[in-house]
This record gives sequence, C-alpha cells and structure tokens, in this order.
Amino acid sequence: MAAHLKKRVYEEFSKVSQQVTLEEVPAKKLRLTKPSKSAALHIDLCKATNPTDALQYLLNFARKPVEAESVEGVVRILLEHYYKESDNSVRLKIASLLGLLSKTRGFAPDCIIDDAINTLNNEKSHQVLAQLLDTLLIIGTQLPDKIAVIQRLIDVACKHLSSTYFGVRNKCLQLLGCLGTVDKPLSKETDVGPGAQTSPVRDVQSIISDYFQDQDPRVRTAAIKAMLQLHERGMKIQQTIYNQACKLLSDDYEQVRSAAVQMVWVLSQLYPESIVPIPSSNEEIRLVDDSFGKICHMVSDGSWVVRVQAAKLLGSMHQVSPHFLEQTLDKKLMSDLRRKRTAHERAKELYASGEFSSGRRWADDAPKEKVDTSGVNLIDSGACGAFVHGLEDEMYEVRIAAVEALCSLAQSSPSFAEKCLDFLVDMFNDEIEEVRLQSIHVLRQISTHITLREDQLDTVLAVLEDSSRDIREALHELLCYTNVSTKDCIQLALLELLKNLTKYPTDRNSVWKCLKFLGARHPTLVLPIVPELLSTHPYFDTPEPDMDDPAYIAVLVLVFNAAKSCPTMPALFSDHTFRHYAYLRDSLSHLVPHLRLPGRKQTASSGLEASGVGSGSLESAQNFLQDSLIRVSVLQNLETPGAQELLEFTIRDLQRLGELQTELAGSADFCATYLHCQLLLTKALQEKLWTMAVPLCLKQNAKVSTATRQILDETYKLEFLYSGLETQQIATIHNVRLQAKALQLILTARSKRGVDRVLGVCEKFLQDVESFQRLFMTELPHFQDSFVEKLLELMPRLTACKPLDLVKILQTTLRQSRFIHLKLPEQIHRASATIIEPTGESDNPLKFTTGLVVALDIDATLEHVQDPQTTVKVQVLYPDGQSHIIHPKPGDFRTPGPGRVRLITQVYLSHSAWTEACQIEVRLLLAYSSSSSKQSASKPAWNESMDGLPTSESCIEGTIHLSKPVKVFIMPKPARR
Amino acid sequence: MPDIKVTPLGAGQDVGRSCILVSIGGKNIMLDCGMHMGYNDDRRFPDFSYITQNGRLTEFLDCVIISHFHLDHCGALPYMSEMVGYDGPIYMTHPTKAICPILLEDFRKITVDKKGETNFFTSQMIKDCMKKVVPLNLHQTIQVDEELEIKAYYAGHVLGAAMFQIKVGLESVVYTGDYNMTPDRHLGAAWIDKCRPDILISESTYATTIRDSKRCRERDFLKKVHETVERGGKVLIPVFALGRAQELCILLETFWERMNLKAPIYFSTGLTEKANHYYKLFITWTNQKIRKTFVQRNMFEFKHIKAFDRSYADNPGPMVVFATPGMLHAGQSLQIFKKWAGNEKNMVIMPGYCVQGTVGHKILNGQKKLEMEGRATLDVKLQVEYMSFSAHADAKGIMQLIRMAEPRNMLLVHGEAKKMEFLKDKIEQEFSISCYMPANGETTTVVTNPSVPVDISLNLLKREMALGGPLPDAKRPRTMHGTLIMKDNSLRLVSPEQALKELGLSEHQLRFTCRVQLHDPHSDTDTLGRIYTHLKSILKSYSIQHVPDGTVIVESIVIKVTSSAEEPNLKVILLSWSYQDEELGSFLSTLLKKGLPS
Repeated sequence: MAAHLKKRVYEEFSKVSQQVTLEEVPAKKLRLTKPSKSAALHIDLCKATNPTDALQYLLNFARKPVEAESVEGVVRILLEHYYKESDNSVRLKIASLLGLLSKTRGFAPDCIIDDAINTLNNEKSHQVLAQLLDTLLIIGTQLPDKIAVIQRLIDVACKHLSSTYFGVRNKCLQLLGCLGTVDKPLSKETDVGPGAQTSPVRDVQSIISDYFQDQDPRVRTAAIKAMLQLHERGMKIQQTIYNQACKLLSDDYEQVRSAAVQMVWVLSQLYPESIVPIPSSNEEIRLVDDSFGKICHMVSDGSWVVRVQAAKLLGSMHQVSPHFLEQTLDKKLMSDLRRKRTAHERAKELYASGEFSSGRRWADDAPKEKVDTSGVNLIDSGACGAFVHGLEDEMYEVRIAAVEALCSLAQSSPSFAEKCLDFLVDMFNDEIEEVRLQSIHVLRQISTHITLREDQLDTVLAVLEDSSRDIREALHELLCYTNVSTKDCIQLALLELLKNLTKYPTDRNSVWKCLKFLGARHPTLVLPIVPELLSTHPYFDTPEPDMDDPAYIAVLVLVFNAAKSCPTMPALFSDHTFRHYAYLRDSLSHLVPHLRLPGRKQTASSGLEASGVGSGSLESAQNFLQDSLIRVSVLQNLETPGAQELLEFTIRDLQRLGELQTELAGSADFCATYLHCQLLLTKALQEKLWTMAVPLCLKQNAKVSTATRQILDETYKLEFLYSGLETQQIATIHNVRLQAKALQLILTARSKRGVDRVLGVCEKFLQDVESFQRLFMTELPHFQDSFVEKLLELMPRLTACKPLDLVKILQTTLRQSRFIHLKLPEQIHRASATIIEPTGESDNPLKFTTGLVVALDIDATLEHVQDPQTTVKVQVLYPDGQSHIIHPKPGDFRTPGPGRVRLITQVYLSHSAWTEACQIEVRLLLAYSSSSSKQSASKPAWNESMDGLPTSESCIEGTIHLSKPVKVFIMPKPARR
Repeated sequence: MPDIKVTPLGAGQDVGRSCILVSIGGKNIMLDCGMHMGYNDDRRFPDFSYITQNGRLTEFLDCVIISHFHLDHCGALPYMSEMVGYDGPIYMTHPTKAICPILLEDFRKITVDKKGETNFFTSQMIKDCMKKVVPLNLHQTIQVDEELEIKAYYAGHVLGAAMFQIKVGLESVVYTGDYNMTPDRHLGAAWIDKCRPDILISESTYATTIRDSKRCRERDFLKKVHETVERGGKVLIPVFALGRAQELCILLETFWERMNLKAPIYFSTGLTEKANHYYKLFITWTNQKIRKTFVQRNMFEFKHIKAFDRSYADNPGPMVVFATPGMLHAGQSLQIFKKWAGNEKNMVIMPGYCVQGTVGHKILNGQKKLEMEGRATLDVKLQVEYMSFSAHADAKGIMQLIRMAEPRNMLLVHGEAKKMEFLKDKIEQEFSISCYMPANGETTTVVTNPSVPVDISLNLLKREMALGGPLPDAKRPRTMHGTLIMKDNSLRLVSPEQALKELGLSEHQLRFTCRVQLHDPHSDTDTLGRIYTHLKSILKSYSIQHVPDGTVIVESIVIKVTSSAEEPNLKVILLSWSYQDEELGSFLSTLLKKGLPS
C-alpha cells in the first residue's frame, strides 16, 4: 500500500514539476524584456529633437521602476546622453535620475561612481552641478562602508566648496555632513588636489565651520545643518565652535537662527560642565548655564518658528543649575520705578495672612518700596522671564512648547515644580482648548512634587465648569493625584465636584472615581469634616438621605475611602450610613473599599477572605499558575487516559485564578483558552470520523465541525486579543490553527463529493503552511515533533500529491503530532472593553421617526487595546438580524492613561418602522486582519459599511467581540403625514 | 553730512495730541495728527503755525501718516486738512480708515451739538478729509513719490494700529504709534523685522512699568464677574466704545461658552455696534485664534452678547452690561450705575484709568456717598473693582522692540518727561545708542551716515575677483582700483581704461623718480648685485629681475646705480616707479635709505 502510494506521489510530483518549468518560461520572457527598457529609452532619447521632448521622455521614464539588473545599462545610456546634451534642464533631469536609479534596491552603485565624478569636472551649469553633487550624496549614503569611495566624494565636495553658487556650496556641505568623518583629518589627498595648495591638514569640522560666516544665509544654514548631521552620526563636535554658533543666534535670517539654536543646544549637551567666560566681566560660568541663558533669550525672538524651537529645547536642558532655572519664571515687576509685587506674590500673602481677598481695590497694588534705578535691569541678559514670555506668546504653538518644557524641567526639579505651579494654573485659562488641556495634563504629571494651596485649588476647580468634557475629565484625573493642604481644600473640592455633578450628570463615574482617590489620599483631612458631610448631629436624628442621589453617593465614596485608613471614622457614622455602606459595597465595589466596621465583623470577614486577596498572595498565585502549567506539560499525548480530566481541571483552575488575581488575569485566561483549544482538538480527533462510513460520518460531522469552528475562533482571540505576546507564542497559536484547519480540510474531504472544491481548500491550506514557514522560520526549533514540523518535512510531497492523499497524510500527522506546551511571556494583557453609556437599564425607548437618524451616545473604556483607532468598531444589531458596523472617528478616542483608552462617540441609528419598542444590541468589536490576509488589508475603508447580514463568513471573520452587548430600547415611529 | 530732523508738535514729553514732524532726505512727513482730550481751547490741536504762518500746508508736507484711530492720534485731521488746508496724501491702514470717521463724527457731535462750540469742523469736512486718505496694507511698501516710501508693520494696540517705516534712499525712520508687545484676546503682538532704522520713534506711556502677566488680570476679572453672576448680582462694566471693549467682550463671550453660563450679557447700542461690524470685517488684523477659527465662527459675532435696551436695566436676575462712557461721568453708564448702586450684590468693574473729578475716580477711591445733581445723594453699596486692561508696551516691551529693530538712534515721545528720562538712561546703557526725548516744538537733529550706492562694471568686478582668493569674503574689506565716474546723477565705478575710453581722454603716465645716496665701497655692478640679493631676501613673493644692462627691476620699478665722479664710494641709486606702484616704490626707497646689510 505504502509503496503504491509512494509511486503515485512521485508520479504526481514529476507531473507537477513539468508544470513548474512551464510556468518559468514566461518568467524568462519577462527577463528578456528588461534590457529592452533601456533600449527603449535610448531610442526615445535619440528620437528627441529638442530638449522639451527629451525632458518629456525622461519624465515618463522616471515614473516606471527599473529592475536592479538593468540599472547599470540604463545609467550608461543616460550618461552617454548627458555628455551629448547641451540643454541644462535635460542634464539636470538626467543627474537627478542617476540619483534615483542608484537608490534602486539590490543595485550597487560603485560602478557608476567614477562616471558621476567625471561628469562633475566638465559641468559648467551651477544648477546641474548642485544636482550632480546631490546624486553623489545619494550614492555615498548607499555605500557607507567603502572608505575609499567616501574619501573621494569628500575630496570632490571640498573642491567645489569654493563655488560661487549657493546651491553648490549647500550640497557640498550637506555631503560633508552626511559622509565626513571627524576622527581622522582629511588625508593628504586634499593637499594634492588643486583646490588647496598649501593649506594645513584640516578636518571636516573646521572646513564646515568656515562656512558659518558665509555671505549667503542658505549656506550658513546648510553649514550648521551639516554640523548637526555630523553630530547625529555620532561624531564628536568640538567645543571651539560654541562661540561661532552663539554669534549666529543673532543672525538676520530665521532659518539660520533656528539651526543655530539647535547647534547651541547640542553643544550644551555635549559639554555641559566646561567653563566659559562671560563677556565684559571676569566671571565664568558653566557652558550649559550660558547656553541656557542664550536659548532663553531666543524665546522672545522675532520669528515664531525660532521661538517654538527654543521653548522646546529648553525643556531638555536638565543639567542647568537651579539658580538659572528659577530665573526663567522671574519677571521683575515695576510700576513707576517702585518695586511692585506680582499678583502671585500678593495671592500668597493674602493667603498667609489668613484674610480672604475682598477683591482688588483701586491701586491696592500701589508700589511700596522705592527701586534703585540703577539696579533695575530692563533687558535681562540671562534667562530672566523666558517662560513668562513663552507662556504669554501670541502663537499657541509657542505656548504649548513652553508648557511642555516647563513640565519636563519640573519633573526633574521639585523646587522648580513648586515655583512653576502658579504659571501652570494660569494656563488653565488660556483661550485655546489644546493649551488648557495640555497644562492640566502637565500639572498632573508633576503633581507628585506639589501641594496645592487653597487659592490655587480655587483656580483649578473653577475649570470644573468648563463645557468641554475632555477638560473636565482631565481635571478629575488631576484631582486624583493632587495633594491639598487643608480640610477647607477638601471641602472646597467636594463642593465644586458636586456642582459639576449637578451641571453635567454624565460625569458621574469620573467624579466618583476622583472622590475615591481624594478620600484615600487625605484621610486625616476628611476626618474633621465627616459629621458635616454626613450631616449627622450629636443629639438629633437627621433624615436619611436618598440613596439614589448621585451627590450623596459621591460624599459617601469620599468618606468611605478616607475611613479605610482611618479606623476612628466609622464611629461617627450613623446607622443608615452602615446600611448604605453595605449597599454601595455591593453595587459599586470598585469605588467603595472594604472597611473593618465594628458591628459587623463576621459578615465582613467572610467577604474579606473571598475577595481581598492581598498583594502577598500574588507570588503564590504566580507559582500556582506555573505549577499547573508544568503539570499539564508533563502530558505528552492527550489521548492517554486521565489526561483530558487533568486538562479540564486545569482550565477550571486557571479561569478561577484569573477572576481572583487581576494582575494575572491576562496570563491565566490566555493559558486557559489555549488549553481549551487543545482539549477541543483532542476530543475532535477522538471521534475518529475517518474510520466511519460516510452516512454515519455526516451525523458526527456536525459536532466536530462546530469544534473546529470554535478552535479557529479561539485562536484568533488568542492572537489578537492579548497584548504582550512574543513570536513564539504566536507561532504556537498558528500551529493550533493549522491543526484546526487541517481537521476542517479532512471534514470537507469526507463530506463533500466534488474534487474541485476540495482542491481549492487544499491549495489554501498549503499556502497557510507556507506562510507559517515564512513568518516563523526562527521559531521552528521549538516545534520538535509538532504538527507543523512534520508537515514541513513532508512539504515537498504535499505540494505534489493529490488532494485525497494529502488528506490521508494530514490524518496521520494530526494523530501523531505532539502537544506543544505553552511558555508564558512576562506579561500578558487581555484587551477588554466596557460600555459605560448607554447602561442598558433605561425603560424609556429612544423614539425617532423612521427613515431619519437618531444619534446614540456611546461611552466606553478600552483596556490594553493596541492601536484602537484602526481596530475598534461598534456593532449595532437590530432585532431583525440586521447588523451595522460603524468605525468611530480617530478623534473619538482619548487616552487618559497608559494602556487605557476612552471611546466617546455617537452612533447613528436608523430603521424602518416597528410596531412597538424593541431592543437593539450595541457592542464593540475588535477588527483584525489575519496574517494571511494582511496583504489585502487595503480594502475600501470600513466607514459605516452598511452591509446587511453577516452571512458571508469573510466579513465576520475579521472581528472579535470585545465587550458585552448593551441593550438599548428604540422605537422608530412611522412618519406622520 | 545729511541729517534727519524730528520735531514733535504734540506728544513731546506729553501724552495726547500726537503730532510729529520728520524731515528726512529733503522730505517732510507728519506722523499722526491728534488732539488733546484734556483741553477745550486752542491747545486742543497741534500748533500748525509752526509749519507755516499763513497759507496751506500742502507745499510744506509730502505726506501725513496716521498710526491708528484713537482721537489723540487722528482727532485734528479734519481741522488740519480742511480748515488749515492740506491736499496731499494721508496714509492709514484699512481698518483705521473705516473706523476713524465714526469716531471723528462722534467727537464732532459731542463738541458741537452738546457743548455748542462753533468754529469746529463739520461732517462734510470729515468726509472731504477722508477722501484724501490712501489706505494701505500690512507690509505693503507704498511709494509716495520717487524717493519716499513707507511701509506698515503690525502694532497690536487696537484694530488696525500700525507702525510705519519711512524711507528715503538709505535713510529711514520707524514710527511706532501706540503698540503692544503682549498679545491679548483679540489682537496679536507688535512685530517688526530687523530693519535697522536711523531713528526709532517710540511711544513710552509705560516707560517705568513692567506689567504683570495678563493671565492673572484676566482670571481675576472673570472670577469676579462669575461670582457676582452666580450670586444673582448685576455687573456693570463702563467702557469706551472701541478697543478694550471688544477685548472684554471676547473674554466674556468665550468664558460664557466654556462655562456654559446662561446669564445675559448686554452691550450698549450705538457707536459700538457699528464698530463691532468693522471688527467682524477685519479679521486678518486680529490674533491667531480669531483668525484661525473664523471659518467656523467669527468671534465678533457674539452669541451671548446682545444689544442693550434702557428698559433691561430693571429686569430681575443677574446680567452683565457694557456701557459707555468709561469713566462714569455721563451717559448710559452713569444711569445704570445710579440704578444699581444701592444693592450690595451688584458690582461695577472699571477696566481703565479714571480722570480726577469723575464719578469713576471717586468710587475707586472708596467714596461711599456721592452727591448727584440737585441735592440728592447716592449711597454706593455695590462692589467696586478696578482691573487694568491697557494695550501699551511696558518698559520691557519697548526694550524688546528695540532689540527687534536694532535702530541706530532712539527717540521717545508720548510719555511723561520724568519717566522718559529713566527709560532713556536705560536704553543708552543697554544698547549704547543715543536716545532723544524732545519737548513739543523742540527739534532733534540726527546726523546720518548713509552709504552711497555705486554701480560697478561687471568686468572690473570679475577682474578684481580673479586677483583675490577663490571666494569673496563678505566680512573682510578689500581695496580695489577703479575710476569713479559721476555723470547725470549716477555713480559708476569702472576700470581706468574704460573710463579713458568713455571720456575720450588719453592716458598719462605718472612716474616718480627718487635718488638715494648710499655709501658703498664696492663697484657699481657689485652694489647693484648686492641690492638685488638684498631685495630678493626681503621681497620674497615679488618678481625681481636682474637685467644685464645694469638695472634691477622689481615688478615695474626700475633701480639703477651710478657713482658720482668725485666720490666713488658714494653711490647714487636711482629709483623710478609709476603711480600705480606708489606703495611699493616708497617702501623700497625707505628700505634703501637704511642702507645695505654689510
């Protein structure tokens, strides 16, 4: 039997191989056409009678790609024409084409370098010369390790540096910047060259720095850029050019200044500690301080581009001394020659004196002390007030850059953070929302360093009434991390948050969460105001507040969270508070912590054991996870008795572990799902359907096919729902998927009669195997004895054999293949989503007229979803089975924290008339494109694809359910006539 | 030497009636033509008799430039052009041209109709005057005549305010008008390029003040308004029609929008409505935010701000009202104030300075009982707030502008003398440029040193370039030889040969000869040989030839040696050089006088 099979297989193989050779014939033909391309070009160019025609041909030619083999031929033809051509524009185009061609992949441009350099020598037109140098630059960058070539190019560049045309000098400098080396000075070849007769040996840097003083601003810019390029390539820039760079800061041209600012910054990072003298005095300061002062000066430059650049760079100068840093916020105020205090200082003083501001009186900012006129320095030579200027700038780009710079500086210096607080709080009032939002975010980032004073908190809280939801939520986020100083602050914050709650009821969750942190952060400050908050009275019973009042819940959240670390607090609670606690602990367990309440120890403690898994048990949970995985890994063959039970138990254990230990939820779920796949697969294989007769098989078939279907689904989930996977795990998942597909193939082969159909499926399967090999070549050693490995061994045979044989081979391999054990990566997160809004609790149907649309607000949080803008979609399922998939706008996704994304969007619904209100289901989907279909991912955009029923399998294949469905009552009414 | 003369007719060490005369390169320009708000007599207008005693001004002035529409910068314009007489061009920006006549008309109405003055300009005169106006755009260079050109830069201050660069040949003056270096809610910051004028004439209203950040002020203002409105109180903001009013409106409008407030905001009708219309039109003159968002919504189309009607003042509930005039001395603002003063929930916010004697000034100083006309007294129970919103550059801003423009001289106007003095010292100290602060009628003369442009023939330039190094170095001066031809008002530098050819002259050679006596015991030929070796050792890079006929030739200089008959040791060396080699020749003669090394 086996011998027979072999014979057949070989027969097939030889046949197919013939076909392969047949297929190669057109490929050869293709190759024949290649030289003809350059030939065609040649003919075209020869035909061209005037330059415009030639240019036209060249332009057409440039549109088509050229194969690597034929590049050289094309280049020769182009060069030939180049020498003949008298028109500048045509020569220019040829030169640029040479550059373009030398970029062709797989083409080594060394062979054309001589010609390219030769053309330079005879060229008269400056423009063409510049273009040729550009071409050389491209060639040079293609050959970074050919020292001799680079050296030649550098010599050429040095020679042409003396050109009178700025473009040529620009390109030469660019070339030097991109290719020049610093470590060894330019060799004697330059001296031999005609350009430099007796000049001493000089390095690239000093040559470039000579052009800092060029007469053309464009060349000056190019020189600085070339220097920066050298720096980027890791060459050490000498400190000597610092002075030159500083001089360029006052250049007349903005692009020069902009580049010079960068240069000064680079030097300050390279030599922060070296000492430079202050002109017109004997003092000396550190270079980083000096450059900081100079860059600060540029924040009030005339050009906003320079200002943005300067403000941005300031943020990265962390080595600057604190004395200079603090000057940036200092703006000496003066009124009629008297020293005046700033509003910030006044506010601070008012606060210190314990007196509330009664408002500003006429001339209450009247200056007190007399300022020494000679002491007032109006134009500060240092960093004075740089940020004050930057934050008040006309262009919001500058303001944002300044805010960001403040942030990064404040993060590294707590004292500076304290000082810049006032200014950041002021920015909450900016006219551009982006700036306001940014400054709120920044304040959150530095909030670990600071404690807000009451007056500052007041200003911060005023923003709570902002109509923009983003601003309010950012502010809530900020309040979660803020430290405040007094109990009044707490009260104030609570008051404003409650006001916010009444004005914008949709903020409920966010406000509660904010109060949770506020309470947990300041238990001692909350304690004295508890009676007031809960409106309890020592003697009298007060009416029990309404439990459904969001404001009351908010207060309770604050109090309970404070009570967690303050054991004396529960004594102040009245009876109904305890009852409410029990209710809230149940209904809002994420907001209300577990409390040790005096009267109800027994009931609470049992809950504690179940839910309060302390941090210490994390390790043990991890061990448990590892242990159970090891236990499973002992299994070699799942068909051994008892193996399946073990698997089932392990799956159950893991699932439970995931529920208990949120940190490990991702890993545990992942393992459980994987094992489940294996289990399903084993069970399916045990059905032994290939031994059955065909009629019986059909019946059995249904069970197995659902199993395979399920495995496939699960593998997609495994691959796309979990983040933090490594290639090895992905390969393992693909292995399982291949197994499932093999099973599917066997099923189709058994049930379907038509050979054609099976043939198609076979081909697809083989493609999948190939792509596996392509993608996971490096991982193959881990797959000993696995299904895939065996398949790949048999691959030459498989491609050649008939479908039915293929099926047979698959059957045996499937059964013989070993179960691959999963190795867990460091951290796995499961992508998840919860729809906060709509809640699905409303009984009032959303009514609208049929044929028109109604907008449904959707608010959802997504966790650990990678690239949500492209993958997350909203699905609306109507009762009649119609489903719409809607792609939210990228702007609807906000990122409040790392790993978390918030989706706030509107979904437009429409339907024809219904007789009565009915529920529709809304859920989030995660779209994926499986690796095999990645090439075809450039399908037309999903945009509100209104394709009806998800009958076609390809449609639903690309999505995974991400959230639980939420039901919404809607009622399309017929239009009234 | 050419010079520039600057004479302030108003605004010299003073605020109000800005009017500055500038004579530059033979052109006379009048910068601004304002009136003084403090006077009601002749001192109100600048003294035009300074220019000419009788007759029209047209032949004495080449052009008039108005920087912005405030009356202290344009109030005397119809008087000057129509009553004194001026028919030349008047330059102003488009928004200024649009708004200026409204203000002039309003001013005329008050003076003539209310105060009953006669001998004042009429509406027709304003119209005739505006016909002489030539509008211009930002950064647009306008050629007034063949030599005089002017260019406008953005100045901030109010809508359409501009700084002007006046240029004749290579001499230039920049006049700032009023400007603001910190942007506000509706206007951007002043900006100028590095034009390096000979004189920068700058205002100096806040010469000794460095102001607090505008955000603090804005925040305070908004907080106060918000609190009062939340309390259910009414807020009165007395404003002047244009400028600050619009800024405050935008401030409140955006705040209302942001905070979702519902309390009504009213704006007293009349003048301001017309003005708002122009603000809507000239969006390009406003700041970045308004410019960028106007496609969606024009910021001056206020959503929350409505026109005020007298009857609204008695409406219950909170409201905010902007009313004119700004100092509470008369009109609608005073009427509303009287109605609301009794309630402590209400508030009045004074956004600007108040002149002594006005109600505004009194209440700001804390007076609680006011005497009204008749014998009635008014109890002031409402809260009084002061919030300065002013759009002038402070001392730091002025310094910043100087740094931007890099002028050679500085001239301060539009400020108090004492304060100017201080700023002047500072400027001289910081920038080491001279600074002037002339009083009214005092002339400041600044000597300029303009460079004279000369056309050079290309051949000559190329020849000279070929002589020198490979690349002309911009930073290093180089001498070159050429002939300067001044002909028909043009200057040309050409090579001597070409000059001779053009002028039809024949070339004359000028040769210097010089005898140097030298004691040398050697024979003539030996001496010559020694001279040859000596020179050869000193002048290395020159070509030195020993010609067999007994001469040494250095470049074109001929050296011969003869000995006198009576004293053989005394050698006479004959040097002869052409005029072109004067330098080398004299060097050689002094060298040889020192003798030869033994």
